[in-house]
Amino acid sequence: MISRVRAADLLSLATIGMRSRPLRAALSILGIAIGIAAIVGVLGITRSSQADLLARIDRLGTNLLTVANGQRVGGDAARLPEHAATGVARTDGVQRVTATADLAQVQVFRTDRVPAYRTGGIEVRATDPSLLGTLDGQLATGVFLNEATTRYPVVVLGHDAASQLGIDRVDAGTRVWLGGHWFTVAGVLRPLELAPEVDRAALIGLPVAAEHFGFDGHPTRLYVRADTDRTALVATMLARAANPAEPNTVDVSRPSDALASRLLVADSITSLLLGLGAIALLVGGVGIANVMVISVLERRTEIGLRRALGAARRHIAAQFLSESLLLSALGGVAGAVLGIAVTYAVATSRGWQTLVPVTGVWGGLAATLVIGAVAGLYPAGRAARLNPTDALRTS
Amino acid sequence: MSDVVLSLANAGRTYPGTPPVESLRGVDLTVRAGELVAVVGPSGSGKTTLLNLAAGLDRPTTGSVRLAGQAVENLSDRRLSGLRAYALGVVFQQFFLMDHLSSVDNVANGLLYRGVPADERRRAAAAALDRVGLAHRAGHPAGKLSGGERQRVAIARALVGWPALILADEPTGNLDSVSGAQILALLRDLHSDGVTLLVITHDATVAEACPRRVDLRDGRIVADTGWTE
Ligand SMILES: Nc1ncnc2c1ncn2[C@@H]1O[C@H](COP(=O)(O)OP(=O)(O)OP(=O)(O)O)[C@@H](O)[C@H]1O
Ligand SMILES: [Mg+2]
Repeated sequence: MISRVRAADLLSLATIGMRSRPLRAALSILGIAIGIAAIVGVLGITRSSQADLLARIDRLGTNLLTVANGQRVGGDAARLPEHAATGVARTDGVQRVTATADLAQVQVFRTDRVPAYRTGGIEVRATDPSLLGTLDGQLATGVFLNEATTRYPVVVLGHDAASQLGIDRVDAGTRVWLGGHWFTVAGVLRPLELAPEVDRAALIGLPVAAEHFGFDGHPTRLYVRADTDRTALVATMLARAANPAEPNTVDVSRPSDALASRLLVADSITSLLLGLGAIALLVGGVGIANVMVISVLERRTEIGLRRALGAARRHIAAQFLSESLLLSALGGVAGAVLGIAVTYAVATSRGWQTLVPVTGVWGGLAATLVIGAVAGLYPAGRAARLNPTDALRTS
Repeated sequence: MSDVVLSLANAGRTYPGTPPVESLRGVDLTVRAGELVAVVGPSGSGKTTLLNLAAGLDRPTTGSVRLAGQAVENLSDRRLSGLRAYALGVVFQQFFLMDHLSSVDNVANGLLYRGVPADERRRAAAAALDRVGLAHRAGHPAGKLSGGERQRVAIARALVGWPALILADEPTGNLDSVSGAQILALLRDLHSDGVTLLVITHDATVAEACPRRVDLRDGRIVADTGWTE
């Protein structure tokens, strides 16, 4: 003859406290809920945004490289040789290359009456018609430069440059005042995520640049498309290919790396927020332990009665431990639901696909069980050690 | 000769302190199946202490207590708890019902620690409520019952598993004389059904209604009318 409790009964015993004091139960699980919501939300939002970023990088391609003139050891600017693009084009693994040159002293305005100080940071760049293909760019409106128009005062505006100049559509009469000449606007580009400097640029032909602005033929930046699986290798060869005489002065970069590096930045912020979530969990666990201790003190008579009805110490301990576990698990579930809802809301508002951090959710719920067990240990032990005759002596 | 249900041999219980309180000393008491025993004595004479030992809620500091044939001193907590679940029912002066639960659920709790399935517990509880004349109050929350009804629910809870011994500590102590008389009638009725009862009381009417009377004073038994068939 030993006493025993059925598992189903234990579960309903575990709910006595929260049924008699629902508000207190709700408040006691708040910390756990917030902690889990923070962890699931942070993981969910970063996963969703990272997935979106990876998809974007994938779509944009990781095989674009840029070659720019850097600096010499002394600090003065180096120049790329006139035929840098030819050398690059001959390199193994290079599919396409287009040269561009920044015409630093040339400025562009909406009309010839705007004072010079209102220039707004638009760069004038000389290039050739292959740029559109190399960058995989698209036109928002109009057409790009072609062999013929590179010889004439015709300009294609980057996305930001167009909006700064207040040009949203082009017709035969759309002109800008560029370096002291009227240039007809042929088209406006869509945003180019991998080449933000082109977004800010007014693009004109190399021949017209030479004619009007004395362009000397030295490019300042080359855009290179490489075979996707050989991009890293090609990148190592481009400096020498572009400037065999001074390869050390050439800056080669992979614009998609800048996007990819945002993944790492996100990671460090994520760990910070996860740490805060973990602290909230800890505080929540202490909160549950507190409420359980109070509950044990208040329920002395109930404990004494249960002992008189045949409950062994272990059954009293199991009852309060289960209550603590249940409270904590409820907090965990509420937090996970909240975290997923937040992820969904943020992802939807940013236009990302919602990614529920499945391991985060399960890990969080496992953590709440551990927390619930630890939080319940002390109060359950106190309840179990309570002397039944003392517990039944009412004041 | 009937079975011995409870026997205390030279049992004592001393509470530590300065000076220590010897609330029970050298008590010899044997209760046989079918008896109805009243334990009387002035306040502080050790009646509740005796009940706690008999209920397996406390252990003697000296001597021995045997419950349903087992020496309490040698039992683990779980086995002693098992004895309380199977062999004993306790009725308290303060009823100790769970007010938010219905009468029938309160009574069913008497079988909770035997591991009996819930539907079986409720069936047995309904029968026990019927036995104490409260079938019509089965679904009522215990908190809404009158004092006499509450004590009858508590008696049904002690009775539900048909234990070898039912212990009652001042069962009429919190009741008016009419309800008290009804409870006494119920206890006598159960006794005539063969239920073994040990009732602690202040009430002379209760004591006189019991076939056997044990007098306690300063932790000792000073008179025992003894077992009568
Ligand atoms: N846990 C305890 N610690 C110390 N002393 C105790 C304890 N329980 C009871 N006592 C003492 O033991 C003595 C007997 O107490 P007990 O409760 O058995 O008396 P009682 O006969 O039931 O009295 P009443 O009729 O007032 O209920 C009293 O002097 C009491 O103060
Ligand atoms: Mg007493």
